[in-house]
Amino acid sequence: MATPDEIKARIETGIPGSRADVQSDDNVHFTAHVIADAFAGIGRIEQHRLVYGIFAEGEIGGPIHALSLRTETP
Amino acid sequence: MSETNELRDAIAEAIEKNEVILFMKGSPEQPMCGFSARTSGALKELGAVFAAVDVLPDPRIRQELSAISNWPTIPQLFVKGELVGGCDIVMEMHDTGELAAVLGIDAPPAAAPQAEAQAAPAAPLQIENRLD
Repeated sequence: MATPDEIKARIETGIPGSRADVQSDDNVHFTAHVIADAFAGIGRIEQHRLVYGIFAEGEIGGPIHALSLRTETP
Repeated sequence: MSETNELRDAIAEAIEKNEVILFMKGSPEQPMCGFSARTSGALKELGAVFAAVDVLPDPRIRQELSAISNWPTIPQLFVKGELVGGCDIVMEMHDTGELAAVLGIDAPPAAAPQAEAQAAPAAPLQIENRLD
């Protein structure tokens, strides 16, 4: 099980310069609001793929049951 | 050809042949996950005609789908062969009216015209055609 702080750290490390606000009630379903320069000029699908791409294959849907995302540029 | 590739081909064909197709957990009538429920609910609210595939009967459906779409989570909505998004994006688009635009729906749900039936399901996948 991961904590919101761990997920936050992984997102912020994985996308340098990003800020992530991560919440979870149960440490398996997470909601993240991610603000990153890296999202500039790319569509929502690609923005979400950038965040999902930080995690190992099978991690989301596996140990992390759900990672609900809202992405935006600063 | 391996069975896995046949399944992948069947999924790709279903995405290609159904103008609006939702891969979800459960069915629109009986969604088995809140994210799938919200996403299919948004489509129903707009009166959209869509094919639905339940990924739960065989874990390989999800594996192959994610390999095709480069998207790790379920649900996944495709319109005209393109991934529109998962639950978060679809709900965001529903809020802004973009979802109706992508679906080519401009009438309110009650007045939405009934579209014609979609293509027949591809063999290894159980696809429901949504006509209500």
